[in-house]
Amino acid sequence: MSGLRILVPVKRVIDYAIKPRINKAQTGVETAGVKHSLNPFDELSIEEAVRLRERKGPIKVEDILALSAGGPKCPDVLRTAMAMGADRAFHIDIPEKGDSGPEPLTIAKMLQAVVKEQNVNLVLLGKQAIDGDQGQTGQMLAGLLGWPQTTQASKVEIKDEAGTVEVTHEVDGGVETLRAKLPMVITTDLRLNEPRYASLPNIMKAKKKPLEKKTLADLGVEDTRRLKTLKVTEPPPRKGGGKVEDVDGLVGKLKELGAL
Amino acid sequence: MSSARNLTAALRRARVPRPRVALRPVQFTPLTSTTRTFTSSSTRTSDSRQIKYTSEAYNVQRNPNFAEISADDVAHFKELLGSQSAVIDGVTADAADDLEPFNSDWMRKYRGHTRLVLKPQNAQEVSKVLKYCNERKLAVVPQGGNTGLVGGSVPVFDEIVINTSRMNQIRSFDAASGVLVADAGVILEVADQYLAEREHLFPLDLGAKGSCHIGGNVSTNAGGLRLLRYGSLHGSVLGLEAVLPDGTIVDALSTLRKNNTGYDLKQLFIGSEGTIGLVTAVSIQCPPRPKAVNVAYFGLESFEQVQQAYLAAKGQLSEILSAFELMDGRSQSLVIESTGNKHPLEGEYPFYCLVETSGSNAEHDMAKLESFLESVMGDGIVADGVLAQDETQFQALWRWREGITESLSHLGGTYKYDVSIPLADLYQLVEDCKVRLTEMGFVGDDDSFPVRAVVGYGHMGDSNLHLNVSVRQYNKEVEKAIEPWVYEWIQKRQGSISAEHGLGVAKREFIGYSQNETMVKLMKQLKNLYDPNGIMNPYKYI
Repeated sequence: MSGLRILVPVKRVIDYAIKPRINKAQTGVETAGVKHSLNPFDELSIEEAVRLRERKGPIKVEDILALSAGGPKCPDVLRTAMAMGADRAFHIDIPEKGDSGPEPLTIAKMLQAVVKEQNVNLVLLGKQAIDGDQGQTGQMLAGLLGWPQTTQASKVEIKDEAGTVEVTHEVDGGVETLRAKLPMVITTDLRLNEPRYASLPNIMKAKKKPLEKKTLADLGVEDTRRLKTLKVTEPPPRKGGGKVEDVDGLVGKLKELGAL
Repeated sequence: MSSARNLTAALRRARVPRPRVALRPVQFTPLTSTTRTFTSSSTRTSDSRQIKYTSEAYNVQRNPNFAEISADDVAHFKELLGSQSAVIDGVTADAADDLEPFNSDWMRKYRGHTRLVLKPQNAQEVSKVLKYCNERKLAVVPQGGNTGLVGGSVPVFDEIVINTSRMNQIRSFDAASGVLVADAGVILEVADQYLAEREHLFPLDLGAKGSCHIGGNVSTNAGGLRLLRYGSLHGSVLGLEAVLPDGTIVDALSTLRKNNTGYDLKQLFIGSEGTIGLVTAVSIQCPPRPKAVNVAYFGLESFEQVQQAYLAAKGQLSEILSAFELMDGRSQSLVIESTGNKHPLEGEYPFYCLVETSGSNAEHDMAKLESFLESVMGDGIVADGVLAQDETQFQALWRWREGITESLSHLGGTYKYDVSIPLADLYQLVEDCKVRLTEMGFVGDDDSFPVRAVVGYGHMGDSNLHLNVSVRQYNKEVEKAIEPWVYEWIQKRQGSISAEHGLGVAKREFIGYSQNETMVKLMKQLKNLYDPNGIMNPYKYI
């Protein structure tokens, strides 16, 4: 195999350290004025792609292409991805439509088109985005491409020049190691690596890396929505415990509850 | 198999770091036991055996004018305060275990002999307690979260501890003016959380915020991480309620921004460390909570460049700059040693800086920050750096600054000097101290040397340096080598021997290095006027 051409799809989501709030109409999550960042699983994918290059394995990494689909702020996360080490980026401009984004099948079809067009032979993607929590895109993409897939990877190793890849993933009570041949789809899980910080020199360099804007139509895909979100509600609030002043209070409370 | 939602929850649990708060052990309040506990004094509190009594370590004599607490006094207080949880009585019962957290500090450096802790619930109760103590000549120590660094809130002999933890109500908040009125015993983080829900911010932030009380913050005029942006408590505190030793309740709980009607007496209680009165409530001006916060972390080759970076930050980030912190290389390697975390930068540098911006518009701030970063990188002022890309990285980067104190405490004892020095000389103190201690043969890598490292870090933006001498065990000779040398060094440069920690017990003899005789005399006059019997926080700096 000549070289690895890696596609890393990334998503801009509400920062996972921030507590999301449901909007007043109960149709989705409030996104205006809320801090967004790179989906943490996608951060792992980018990091892994960069590490594959740094490891200088049997197959040289030729290209790392980051891709994000969505509104006008997507380039923010693409710049982060390029600051971490991606070579170039595609922004697939999808206008906001209702409260939720395109469905996983649309995204998978779009990625399929990019894979064909860009001659990609490895797709590294997060196992899920923490906003929709659907976790379907990677699997659908592998199905559409007819490629082997390994999901929830906690270790990725390129074994030889022929493109044999070994992927370890966690299963209940242990780990499972799988072998497949490129081209393939790998979805990433938490223990895969520890993403690096975007260093200032790399942030500067990332500004000069090519970022191409495209539309779904360019890729021959239509944004069809077959699901309608009816209602989004918060989980019931946790009932807090009470405080007692002293031992007598505690004893009184326990008696009241019939525990004594 | 867990559902995707659970996995997300697991992700949040797995990767959200420990919050930046509560870096100090949270003080717990033990329940009062009414029955006598029969623990022999030799087996109890095994981990506190090593803490030396302050009365021995500092060679102070108990003032014979103070009365001894009697069983009658205790009975009086119990009647006065009603609730049994308001009194921890070690006079008529053995409550040594329960008293221990009030008798010592979190650094395990100071230890008193108190036998009575009182926890009044409001200013009226405080007034009655103090009035009685004043008449009986019983000495008292006001105590909040007991997170101080100079032993100011720890008793020396048998002073009664008046703890503010039960005065913990937020009284009011006005969103239009941003004025918060709260009891002295409200924990800083609780106050900030309350304000966060109302899109405001407490204008003070410090490592101990999970434990410290705002009354204590005001009494010690705490500085902290955001002083650069929001100013000193002398400015943001609009009013307070305090109780004088004779029981007079000073109601200066104004919520006005401007009030030029005579002496601004509230200022006497800010930073006087409980030597004049006990603060029971505070009204404070709170700014709107910034919507966009960014953090960058730099590695620099020299202190010269640190100063250049600070000037550039002030000039280019101006109104959005909210913190500029300095950490030297040694302090960061101690954090690595203690936490095992991976350092954000690849190479090693003698200096590191943390720059934070806070503003209302993320795009505007980012544009400014990026042009600042480009200029400092381009001009070669900064050798390397990172910019937090998400909230987790933001918190992780702050921990490299805020975690220093905690890391040092894991590695042994620390002599802490919190000083203000003109910016140009700021780091020279650390260099000189290191040379001095090394020449005297105290510094080394193995256990035969008492000193592990001499480190410096601090609030660059406020010309405030923390000189820390990390020791394997507290050692009189090392202490003698540092003091009063360090104070003389500072005096020569017109610096302050205590920028934000206060004087307490630790610096009780050294006030003269930063205040002249006249100033000290005026302070004593005020002290004698309001506390003629000297019962308020005795044996400390005044």
